[in-house]
Amino acid sequence: MKLLVCVSKTPETTTKIQLTADGKDIDTSGVQYIMNPYDEWYALVRALELKEAAGGTVTVLNVGPADNDSIIRKGLAIGADDAVRIDVTEEKDSLFTARQIAEFARGKDFDVIFFGKETISYNASEVGAMVAEFLDLPYVGDAIKLEMEGSQATVTRDIEGGEEVIEVTAPIALSAAKGMAEQRIPNMRGIMMAKRKPLEVVTPVDYPDTTRIASYSKPEEKGSVKLIDPENMDELVRLLHEEAKVI
Amino acid sequence: MVLAYAEATNGEFKKVAHEIINYAKKTADVLGTECHALVLGDTPGAEDLGKYGAGTVHRVTSPHLEGFDAAVYTVAIADAAKQLGATVIILPHNSTGKNITGRLAARLEAGSVAGANAVPMMKDGYFTVTKPVFSGKAFADVQLLTDVKVISLAGNSIRIEELGGDATVEDLTLELPAPKTKVVKHQVATGRVPLPEAELVVSGGRGVKGPEHWDVITDLADALGATTACSRPVADSDWRPHHEHVGQTGVAIRPNLYIAAGISGAIQHLAGVNNSKTIVVINKDPEAPFFKAADYGVVGDLFEVLPRLTEAVKKFKG
Ligand SMILES: Cc1cc2nc3c(=O)[nH]c(=O)nc-3n(C[C@H](O)[C@H](O)[C@H](O)COP(=O)(O)OP(=O)(O)OC[C@H]3O[C@@H](n4cnc5c(N)ncnc54)[C@H](O)[C@@H]3O)c2cc1C
Ligand SMILES: Nc1ncnc2c1ncn2[C@@H]1O[C@H](COP(=O)(O)O)[C@@H](O)[C@H]1O
Repeated sequence: MKLLVCVSKTPETTTKIQLTADGKDIDTSGVQYIMNPYDEWYALVRALELKEAAGGTVTVLNVGPADNDSIIRKGLAIGADDAVRIDVTEEKDSLFTARQIAEFARGKDFDVIFFGKETISYNASEVGAMVAEFLDLPYVGDAIKLEMEGSQATVTRDIEGGEEVIEVTAPIALSAAKGMAEQRIPNMRGIMMAKRKPLEVVTPVDYPDTTRIASYSKPEEKGSVKLIDPENMDELVRLLHEEAKVI
Repeated sequence: MVLAYAEATNGEFKKVAHEIINYAKKTADVLGTECHALVLGDTPGAEDLGKYGAGTVHRVTSPHLEGFDAAVYTVAIADAAKQLGATVIILPHNSTGKNITGRLAARLEAGSVAGANAVPMMKDGYFTVTKPVFSGKAFADVQLLTDVKVISLAGNSIRIEELGGDATVEDLTLELPAPKTKVVKHQVATGRVPLPEAELVVSGGRGVKGPEHWDVITDLADALGATTACSRPVADSDWRPHHEHVGQTGVAIRPNLYIAAGISGAIQHLAGVNNSKTIVVINKDPEAPFFKAADYGVVGDLFEVLPRLTEAVKKFKG
């Protein structure tokens, strides 16, 4: 089985987001980056499990600058066979990123292209569906389970308040959510081996910007908390009704 | 024209469809144009969608729309938008929308914003949409640079209003491809409102100490008519189902009321809940970080406070 896992980078989850002095941009100084958790914990690990069961290869792919190589190497350390980085230095929008991934994957006969449910930076859940459309592939978003029997895939996806089970024939694309697999920690041997695995750098194709981030803002700070006497829950109910007007 | 995809949930138009149409109507007002709705499948009640702001409802029926296949739905919405001359297409940012929005943007090569939380505005001459980024730790103003634009709206972002009367319903005939996916099982729990749509949420953390104690959470949720949620370690320990896990790596929610009991308020937890309108925190540790993000706080033992609150809610509701 030939499997492709698309991985992005995001600020480490404890990062406090600060704006630059002009308020127009995110202040990235001192921000630590990690592999997007959905890509690492669920998409990549499920791809590795399928390869371990049925044979084949797992390729990790990132669209981004050379700084991202450390994140890509982590994917190799966890167990991917090889890696590709499409060399894009600027921050680009989802459609641009999807176009790069689609042009790379076109004609390469990947059976499954894995994405994460969303990047925890831009929270869009768009890139996977876009790639699927560019390549005319079936796509299942928020997949929590994937079983493969030859080219027959059975995918369970999360829906509001329940789940749906879908049968589809590979090639397919999907986005992985919690439940798909269990996080794996790279070991020393994996880390050593990752240094020798191939990381191909590919030139991007031209594609116009369809969106642009004009500026950022921060949510309003909460005023200080109003403490309620633990003995007097009638008072809390009164405040929720009369002051907050939520019940 | 602004086209709203009005999704039917289990054979009915509910909150999701009403929010989308309201939002589309407000977007149309910003642009000085009309708001239409698109219905896929023969769901009763399409004419009532006028109440939420749709002047005309276009209805497409086809056997290919029966099981949900994102590729087929995308063709339907894209072709309808082209035929009708829509310049902005609005979808919900829910499980259906997340399967369609990206596909649609790619098919139309349209600029898109997924998970918008405010009505678009014209700013510096650009059509601009605001969305939460970094799991709600910041907001981005995104300019859409293409003639056709696609927006998905995060749930609970606008309060539903009546903005019109009855709509005329017109059938639209489209040539749709056969689905490549087959839905073999569709299972939705009845009873509680699904978490992403819930207006009231009661959530428990490690402080609840085990699944056998969860009655204190569910009793309060029942009294309020709220949905239950939990912190990540709670779901990881299988005390509660995974779909209840809220936060940066779980479900992101924005209910009117979020009550958190026995949750410390780690930054990854806050990231998924800090867009809630009102937050109540119950914790025995006055230093718990969650109090800094709360509107109302109760310092005390949740096993005493929650039953008392449940009784007070019951009394209030009569
Ligand atoms: C990459 C990453 C992603 C993460 N994503 C998420 C996420 O999406 N969501 C999430 O929730 N977490 C997430 N976490 C975990 C997060 O960092 C915290 O570990 C977690 O939220 C803590 O859960 P908790 O508050 O239930 O437990 P604890 O931190 O153990 O807090 C328990 C609280 O209960 C209180 N308590 C105990 N007994 C009582 C009592 N009898 N009455 C009242 N109060 C009591 C204690 O004072 C304490 O404040 C993530 C972590 C990482 C590293
Ligand atoms: N720059 C990128 N390079 C590779 N994959 C990406 C990139 N950005 C997003 N993805 C993939 O697309 C998924 C969804 O991202 P998003 O649409 O930004 O929420 C991620 O979980 C990744 O699998």
